[in-house]
Amino acid sequence: MSEVAQDNNKGKKKGKTKKMSTRVDFTPMVDLGFLLITFFMLATTLSKPQTMEIALPSKEKVEEKDQSNIKASRAVTILLGKDNKIFYYEGTREHDIDPELIEVNYSPTGIRQFLLKKNYEVMVKVRDLKIEKESKKLSDKEFEKRKDEIIGDKKAPIVCIKGTDLSSYKNLVDILDEMAICNIGRYAIMDITPFDLELLAKKSL
Amino acid sequence: MPKVKIKRKSTAIDMTAMCDVAFLLLTFFMLTSNFTQKEPVAVNTPSSISEIKIPDRNIIAILVDAKGKVFFGIDGQDNRIQLLTKMGAAYNITFSAAELKEFSLINKFGVPISLMKAYLALKTEERDIPKNALGIPCDSLDNQFKNWVSLAKGINRDYRIAIKADQATTYPVIKKLMGSLQDINENRYNLLTSLKSIRDYE
Repeated sequence: MSEVAQDNNKGKKKGKTKKMSTRVDFTPMVDLGFLLITFFMLATTLSKPQTMEIALPSKEKVEEKDQSNIKASRAVTILLGKDNKIFYYEGTREHDIDPELIEVNYSPTGIRQFLLKKNYEVMVKVRDLKIEKESKKLSDKEFEKRKDEIIGDKKAPIVCIKGTDLSSYKNLVDILDEMAICNIGRYAIMDITPFDLELLAKKSL
Repeated sequence: MPKVKIKRKSTAIDMTAMCDVAFLLLTFFMLTSNFTQKEPVAVNTPSSISEIKIPDRNIIAILVDAKGKVFFGIDGQDNRIQLLTKMGAAYNITFSAAELKEFSLINKFGVPISLMKAYLALKTEERDIPKNALGIPCDSLDNQFKNWVSLAKGINRDYRIAIKADQATTYPVIKKLMGSLQDINENRYNLLTSLKSIRDYE
């Protein structure tokens, strides 16, 4: 392929000062260059992985505050079931009447629709804030601060996420994603309780 | 009619420009690259819309494969040596200088501490075969994982915990990990995900 240029002055007479060409054949150098480029391209990671930051309450705190203290009207419990199913109920058992367990999925028309409806007031406020950010050129810091205030609203729903043994890690990440999309400020990952299992069993699942 | 003389053009092209471009690109890649680090198991992370990037340094990397085996690694060779010394002291195992040196070169490992000596004696290419990649025990009876993390945190408080788990990892495994971390009061950590296109959400 790439031959080094041959000396083709053979036929010339001796004694004459040879006029050497100053041109060098760069082909091998280009070959080498591209070989190294290929190596570096394959060996690097250009994009850093994304991360999701989560903060769980410390163990003592969980024990301190009684979990059922959450006002029933604000509480939403999400159970991650097997085969990518989600079940949710609002509130808890009151006067021996069980809350209704509803089955949804992870699609945009599933759990998200419910959460958006539940969190409607906050969503509207966040949208207004985004518009304000565009028009008034709020700084990112200011925007984050005000957004935190809005999603931390006292009347906003509180979501308890409980995974069953048959759900997967993907389900957990998906549901945490939904929390971010629906601007749910207060959510917690909790252990499943016998009451939840009872509800699931009633649905014969 | 005179013959039309076809001029013989030289087929040689001036490669200088191409060479310039090639080396320019090469310089770019050399400066921007950080090398893909070898991982003991292939892990397929779930995707999320989160756009926060993971920092380069001071990471306690926890890798969980689909079957629930746990792997562990920290950065900084000096820190690794310190970590193994401390961990050895906790389990009454003394490691030789050569073993410590060998350990400082390992990016992520997944063996019970009792088998660590044998693991370090293996050749590099033998370490990742399934027979030798056993995972770190993190049951309530023998929670070595918890000790690794708390000792690593003791060496450098700035370490952040990053969990990289496979999509198919079952929830009980994750719950166990989170429980272990909660036991040692590590309540803030990062879950590594890959990027999901925002289009799915509109």
